[in-house]
Amino acid sequence: MNVRARTRVWPFVAAGLVVAAALALLVAPHASSAPDGLEKVAHDRGIDADATDHDLSGLPTADYALDGVAEGGLATGLAGLIGIAVTFAIAAGSVWAARRVGARRTAPDPAGAT
Amino acid sequence: MHIPDGFIDPPTAAAAAIVAIGGVGVCLRRTADDLDDAQVPLAGLVAAFVFAAQMLNFPVAGGTSGHVLGGALAAILLGPYLGALCITVVLIVQALLFADGGLSALGLNIVNMALVTSFGGYAIFVVARRVLRASKASVVVASGIAGACSVVLAALAFAIEYALGGSGAASADVVMRAMVGVHVLIGTGEGIITALAVSAVLATRPDLVYGARGLRDAPAELTTVGAS
Repeated sequence: MNVRARTRVWPFVAAGLVVAAALALLVAPHASSAPDGLEKVAHDRGIDADATDHDLSGLPTADYALDGVAEGGLATGLAGLIGIAVTFAIAAGSVWAARRVGARRTAPDPAGAT
Repeated sequence: MHIPDGFIDPPTAAAAAIVAIGGVGVCLRRTADDLDDAQVPLAGLVAAFVFAAQMLNFPVAGGTSGHVLGGALAAILLGPYLGALCITVVLIVQALLFADGGLSALGLNIVNMALVTSFGGYAIFVVARRVLRASKASVVVASGIAGACSVVLAALAFAIEYALGGSGAASADVVMRAMVGVHVLIGTGEGIITALAVSAVLATRPDLVYGARGLRDAPAELTTVGAS
Protein backbone atom coordinates (compact mmCIF):
# COMPACT_ATOMS: atom_id res chain seq x y z
CA MET A 1 0.00 0.00 0.00
CA ASN A 2 2.31 2.72 1.18
CA VAL A 3 5.63 0.98 0.57
CA ARG A 4 6.48 3.62 -2.00
CA ALA A 5 5.82 6.43 0.47
CA ARG A 6 7.94 4.73 3.11
CA THR A 7 11.00 4.20 0.90
CA ARG A 8 10.78 7.70 -0.51
CA VAL A 9 10.90 9.28 2.93
CA TRP A 10 14.13 7.65 4.16
CA PRO A 11 16.52 9.86 2.15
CA PHE A 12 14.85 12.92 3.67
CA VAL A 13 15.02 11.39 7.14
CA ALA A 14 18.70 10.49 6.69
CA ALA A 15 19.50 14.03 5.56
CA GLY A 16 17.60 15.47 8.52
CA LEU A 17 19.51 13.25 10.96
CA VAL A 18 22.79 14.40 9.45
CA VAL A 19 21.72 18.01 10.02
CA ALA A 20 20.76 17.20 13.61
CA ALA A 21 24.11 15.46 14.20
CA ALA A 22 25.96 18.43 12.71
CA LEU A 23 24.07 20.78 15.03
CA ALA A 24 25.04 18.67 18.04
CA LEU A 25 28.71 18.33 17.06
CA LEU A 26 29.41 21.75 15.60
CA VAL A 27 26.94 24.23 17.08
CA ALA A 28 26.00 22.88 20.51
CA PRO A 29 29.50 23.36 21.96
CA HIS A 30 29.11 27.07 21.25
CA ALA A 31 25.63 27.39 22.68
CA SER A 32 25.02 29.98 25.36
CA SER A 33 25.68 28.74 28.88
CA ALA A 34 23.57 31.46 30.48
CA PRO A 35 20.62 30.17 32.51
CA ASP A 36 17.46 29.78 30.50
CA GLY A 37 14.41 31.95 31.06
CA LEU A 38 12.81 29.71 33.66
CA GLU A 39 16.06 29.20 35.59
CA LYS A 40 16.76 32.92 35.62
CA VAL A 41 13.28 33.84 36.84
CA ALA A 42 13.48 31.08 39.45
CA HIS A 43 16.84 32.30 40.64
CA ASP A 44 15.87 35.98 40.72
CA ARG A 45 12.63 35.25 42.59
CA GLY A 46 14.03 32.71 45.03
CA ILE A 47 12.00 29.81 43.68
CA ASP A 48 15.10 27.62 43.49
CA ALA A 49 16.16 28.24 47.08
CA ASP A 50 15.55 24.64 48.09
CA ALA A 51 16.67 23.05 44.85
CA THR A 52 18.48 19.73 45.10
CA ASP A 53 20.50 17.86 42.52
CA HIS A 54 18.63 15.86 39.91
CA ASP A 55 18.14 12.23 40.96
CA LEU A 56 19.94 11.01 37.86
CA SER A 57 22.72 13.59 37.73
CA GLY A 58 25.29 10.81 38.15
CA LEU A 59 24.63 9.36 34.71
CA PRO A 60 27.48 9.70 32.18
CA THR A 61 25.39 11.88 29.87
CA ALA A 62 24.00 14.17 32.56
CA ASP A 63 23.95 17.86 31.66
CA TYR A 64 24.69 17.10 28.03
CA ALA A 65 28.39 16.33 28.54
CA LEU A 66 29.74 12.83 28.08
CA ASP A 67 31.87 11.72 31.03
CA GLY A 68 35.41 10.66 30.34
CA VAL A 69 35.85 12.94 27.34
CA ALA A 70 38.38 15.61 28.20
CA GLU A 71 37.60 18.07 25.43
CA GLY A 72 34.46 20.00 26.35
CA GLY A 73 33.11 20.54 22.87
CA LEU A 74 33.51 16.89 21.97
CA ALA A 75 31.89 15.82 25.24
CA THR A 76 28.88 17.93 24.35
CA GLY A 77 28.75 16.74 20.77
CA LEU A 78 28.96 13.06 21.67
CA ALA A 79 26.32 13.42 24.35
CA GLY A 80 24.17 15.08 21.70
CA LEU A 81 24.70 12.22 19.26
CA ILE A 82 23.65 9.72 21.91
CA GLY A 83 20.54 11.76 22.61
CA ILE A 84 19.69 12.04 18.92
CA ALA A 85 20.03 8.30 18.40
CA VAL A 86 18.05 7.33 21.49
CA THR A 87 15.32 9.88 20.79
CA PHE A 88 15.00 8.74 17.18
CA ALA A 89 14.75 5.11 18.21
CA ILE A 90 12.16 5.66 20.92
CA ALA A 91 10.00 8.06 18.90
CA ALA A 92 10.01 5.90 15.77
CA GLY A 93 9.58 2.75 17.85
CA SER A 94 6.65 4.18 19.76
CA VAL A 95 4.83 5.21 16.62
CA TRP A 96 5.55 1.83 15.04
CA ALA A 97 4.27 0.01 18.12
CA ALA A 98 1.19 2.21 18.40
CA ARG A 99 0.31 1.53 14.77
CA ARG A 100 0.80 -2.20 15.24
CA VAL A 101 -1.69 -2.11 18.11
CA GLY A 102 -4.03 0.05 16.06
CA ALA A 103 -3.87 -2.24 13.05
CA ARG A 104 -4.75 -5.24 15.17
CA ARG A 105 -7.69 -3.35 16.63
CA THR A 106 -9.25 -2.63 13.24
CA ALA A 107 -11.03 -5.44 11.40
CA PRO A 108 -8.79 -7.10 8.76
CA ASP A 109 -9.49 -6.17 5.14
CA PRO A 110 -10.81 -9.26 3.29
CA ALA A 111 -9.02 -8.12 0.10
CA GLY A 112 -5.72 -8.42 1.96
CA ALA A 113 -4.65 -4.82 1.38
CA THR A 114 -2.89 -3.09 4.27
CA MET B 1 11.81 25.70 30.20
CA HIS B 2 12.44 22.42 31.95
CA ILE B 3 11.09 22.51 35.49
CA PRO B 4 13.38 20.83 38.04
CA ASP B 5 12.11 18.90 41.05
CA GLY B 6 11.02 21.04 43.96
CA PHE B 7 9.71 24.11 42.13
CA ILE B 8 6.08 22.97 42.14
CA ASP B 9 4.50 21.07 45.02
CA PRO B 10 3.70 17.34 44.77
CA PRO B 11 -0.09 17.62 44.45
CA THR B 12 0.15 20.01 41.50
CA ALA B 13 2.89 17.91 39.93
CA ALA B 14 0.75 14.80 40.35
CA ALA B 15 -2.28 16.49 38.80
CA ALA B 16 -0.15 17.56 35.87
CA ALA B 17 1.13 14.00 35.54
CA ILE B 18 -2.45 12.76 35.26
CA VAL B 19 -3.21 15.35 32.59
CA ALA B 20 -0.01 14.40 30.80
CA ILE B 21 -0.80 10.68 30.85
CA GLY B 22 -4.31 11.34 29.57
CA GLY B 23 -3.12 13.69 26.87
CA VAL B 24 -0.33 11.42 25.67
CA GLY B 25 -2.77 8.51 25.70
CA VAL B 26 -5.10 10.39 23.37
CA CYS B 27 -2.16 11.20 21.10
CA LEU B 28 -1.12 7.56 21.01
CA ARG B 29 -4.61 6.45 20.07
CA ARG B 30 -4.84 8.99 17.25
CA THR B 31 -1.41 7.95 16.03
CA ALA B 32 -2.38 4.28 16.15
CA ASP B 33 -5.22 4.95 13.71
CA ASP B 34 -3.03 6.80 11.20
CA LEU B 35 -2.57 4.93 7.92
CA ASP B 36 0.57 6.72 6.76
CA ASP B 37 3.63 4.44 6.93
CA ALA B 38 5.95 7.39 6.52
CA GLN B 39 5.05 8.61 10.01
CA VAL B 40 7.37 6.12 11.70
CA PRO B 41 10.71 7.47 10.43
CA LEU B 42 9.37 11.03 10.25
CA ALA B 43 8.36 11.00 13.89
CA GLY B 44 11.82 9.71 14.74
CA LEU B 45 13.41 12.51 12.75
CA VAL B 46 11.27 15.31 14.19
CA ALA B 47 11.91 14.11 17.74
CA ALA B 48 15.65 13.72 17.13
CA PHE B 49 15.83 17.11 15.47
CA VAL B 50 13.99 18.84 18.32
CA PHE B 51 16.36 17.14 20.77
CA ALA B 52 19.34 18.58 18.93
CA ALA B 53 17.72 21.99 18.55
CA GLN B 54 17.04 22.17 22.30
CA MET B 55 20.77 21.95 22.92
CA LEU B 56 21.32 25.21 21.06
CA ASN B 57 20.69 27.87 23.68
CA PHE B 58 20.77 31.39 22.24
CA PRO B 59 21.27 34.52 24.33
CA VAL B 60 18.35 36.82 25.02
CA ALA B 61 18.52 39.94 27.18
CA GLY B 62 19.97 40.24 30.66
CA GLY B 63 22.25 37.24 31.19
CA THR B 64 19.55 34.85 30.08
CA SER B 65 19.37 32.31 27.30
CA GLY B 66 16.58 30.42 25.60
CA HIS B 67 16.12 27.42 23.38
CA VAL B 68 13.39 26.29 21.06
CA LEU B 69 10.63 24.14 22.47
CA GLY B 70 9.68 22.69 19.09
CA GLY B 71 6.08 21.76 19.79
CA ALA B 72 4.60 24.08 17.20
CA LEU B 73 7.12 22.94 14.59
CA ALA B 74 6.38 19.29 15.31
CA ALA B 75 2.63 19.94 15.08
CA ILE B 76 2.92 21.79 11.79
CA LEU B 77 5.02 19.02 10.29
CA LEU B 78 3.19 16.00 11.70
CA GLY B 79 -0.11 17.25 13.07
CA PRO B 80 -0.66 18.12 16.76
CA TYR B 81 -1.20 14.57 18.09
CA LEU B 82 1.97 13.10 16.63
CA GLY B 83 3.83 16.36 17.25
CA ALA B 84 3.01 16.26 20.95
CA LEU B 85 4.14 12.63 21.08
CA CYS B 86 7.51 13.52 19.58
CA ILE B 87 8.15 16.26 22.12
CA THR B 88 7.06 13.91 24.91
CA VAL B 89 9.74 11.43 23.84
CA VAL B 90 12.33 14.23 23.81
CA LEU B 91 11.35 15.26 27.34
CA ILE B 92 11.48 11.71 28.64
CA VAL B 93 14.94 11.14 27.17
CA GLN B 94 16.12 14.46 28.57
CA ALA B 95 14.84 13.69 32.07
CA LEU B 96 16.10 10.10 32.16
CA LEU B 97 19.47 10.41 30.43
CA PHE B 98 20.52 14.05 30.69
CA ALA B 99 19.20 15.16 34.10
CA ASP B 100 17.26 17.93 32.33
CA GLY B 101 13.84 18.36 33.88
CA GLY B 102 12.95 16.77 37.21
CA LEU B 103 11.55 13.25 37.26
CA SER B 104 8.65 14.27 39.48
CA ALA B 105 8.16 17.33 37.26
CA LEU B 106 7.96 15.26 34.07
CA GLY B 107 4.17 15.56 33.95
CA LEU B 108 4.40 19.35 34.27
CA ASN B 109 7.02 19.52 31.56
CA ILE B 110 5.01 17.31 29.21
CA VAL B 111 1.93 19.47 29.76
CA ASN B 112 3.81 22.72 29.15
CA MET B 113 6.28 21.79 26.45
CA ALA B 114 4.50 18.98 24.58
CA LEU B 115 0.75 19.40 24.93
CA VAL B 116 0.39 23.18 25.28
CA THR B 117 2.93 24.03 22.58
CA SER B 118 1.73 21.44 20.06
CA PHE B 119 -1.99 21.94 20.43
CA GLY B 120 -1.87 25.62 21.31
CA GLY B 121 0.68 26.31 18.59
CA TYR B 122 -1.28 24.33 16.03
CA ALA B 123 -4.51 26.14 16.87
CA ILE B 124 -2.79 29.49 16.34
CA PHE B 125 -1.26 28.18 13.12
CA VAL B 126 -4.69 27.21 11.78
CA VAL B 127 -6.17 30.59 12.61
CA ALA B 128 -3.22 32.47 11.12
CA ARG B 129 -3.35 30.35 7.98
CA ARG B 130 -7.03 31.04 7.57
CA VAL B 131 -6.48 34.77 7.87
CA LEU B 132 -3.67 34.82 5.31
CA ARG B 133 -4.11 33.99 1.64
CA ALA B 134 -3.42 30.31 0.95
CA SER B 135 0.18 29.91 -0.22
CA LYS B 136 3.48 28.42 0.89
CA ALA B 137 4.53 31.85 2.13
CA SER B 138 1.50 32.11 4.38
CA VAL B 139 2.26 28.66 5.80
CA VAL B 140 5.74 29.92 6.69
CA VAL B 141 4.42 33.14 8.25
CA ALA B 142 1.72 31.28 10.15
CA SER B 143 4.37 28.84 11.39
CA GLY B 144 6.46 31.68 12.74
CA ILE B 145 3.52 33.24 14.55
CA ALA B 146 2.50 29.87 15.96
CA GLY B 147 6.01 29.10 17.13
CA ALA B 148 6.37 32.44 18.88
CA CYS B 149 2.99 32.26 20.59
CA SER B 150 3.48 28.63 21.66
CA VAL B 151 6.43 29.61 23.84
CA VAL B 152 4.42 32.32 25.59
CA LEU B 153 1.57 29.86 26.12
CA ALA B 154 3.99 27.41 27.72
CA ALA B 155 5.30 30.16 30.00
CA LEU B 156 1.73 31.01 30.99
CA ALA B 157 1.09 27.35 31.76
CA PHE B 158 4.06 27.37 34.12
CA ALA B 159 2.79 30.57 35.72
CA ILE B 160 -0.56 28.90 36.36
CA GLU B 161 1.15 25.85 37.85
CA TYR B 162 3.21 28.13 40.05
CA ALA B 163 0.08 29.95 41.17
CA LEU B 164 -1.45 26.60 42.12
CA GLY B 165 1.52 24.98 43.80
CA GLY B 166 4.67 27.05 43.54
CA SER B 167 7.23 26.57 46.28
CA GLY B 168 8.84 29.99 46.31
CA ALA B 169 7.96 33.12 48.24
CA ALA B 170 7.42 35.20 45.13
CA SER B 171 3.86 36.06 44.31
CA ALA B 172 2.15 34.39 41.37
CA ASP B 173 1.68 37.54 39.33
CA VAL B 174 5.32 38.61 39.76
CA VAL B 175 6.35 35.21 38.44
CA MET B 176 3.81 35.40 35.61
CA ARG B 177 5.04 38.79 34.45
CA ALA B 178 8.68 37.73 34.64
CA MET B 179 8.04 34.46 32.81
CA VAL B 180 5.95 36.03 30.06
CA GLY B 181 8.42 38.86 29.64
CA VAL B 182 11.45 36.70 29.03
CA HIS B 183 9.52 34.16 26.99
CA VAL B 184 8.26 36.78 24.58
CA LEU B 185 11.94 37.22 23.70
CA ILE B 186 12.61 33.50 23.54
CA GLY B 187 9.41 33.03 21.55
CA THR B 188 10.63 35.50 18.97
CA GLY B 189 13.65 33.26 18.43
CA GLU B 190 11.43 30.19 18.28
CA GLY B 191 9.15 31.87 15.76
CA ILE B 192 12.02 32.69 13.46
CA ILE B 193 13.53 29.21 13.76
CA THR B 194 10.14 27.55 13.25
CA ALA B 195 9.49 29.60 10.13
CA LEU B 196 12.93 28.78 8.75
CA ALA B 197 12.56 25.07 9.45
CA VAL B 198 9.08 24.86 7.88
CA SER B 199 10.34 26.86 4.93
CA ALA B 200 13.21 24.40 4.44
CA VAL B 201 10.90 21.40 4.48
CA LEU B 202 8.43 23.14 2.18
CA ALA B 203 11.25 23.82 -0.26
CA THR B 204 12.42 20.20 -0.36
CA ARG B 205 9.50 17.95 0.57
CA PRO B 206 6.29 19.99 0.82
CA ASP B 207 4.32 16.76 0.91
CA LEU B 208 5.76 16.14 4.35
CA VAL B 209 4.30 19.28 5.92
CA TYR B 210 1.00 18.37 7.59
CA GLY B 211 0.05 22.02 7.85
CA ALA B 212 0.47 22.58 4.12
CA ARG B 213 -2.01 19.95 2.97
CA GLY B 214 -4.41 21.27 0.36
CA LEU B 215 -2.30 24.17 -0.82
CA ARG B 216 -3.22 25.08 -4.36
CA ASP B 217 0.37 25.77 -5.36
CA ALA B 218 1.67 22.52 -3.87
CA PRO B 219 3.21 20.01 -6.31
CA ALA B 220 1.47 16.85 -7.48
CA GLU B 221 3.27 14.84 -4.81
CA LEU B 222 0.83 16.21 -2.29
CA THR B 223 -1.95 14.17 -3.85
CA THR B 224 -0.03 10.93 -4.42
CA VAL B 225 1.82 10.42 -1.13
CA GLY B 226 -0.45 9.03 1.55
CA ALA B 227 -3.07 7.84 -0.93
CA SER B 228 -4.15 4.30 -0.09
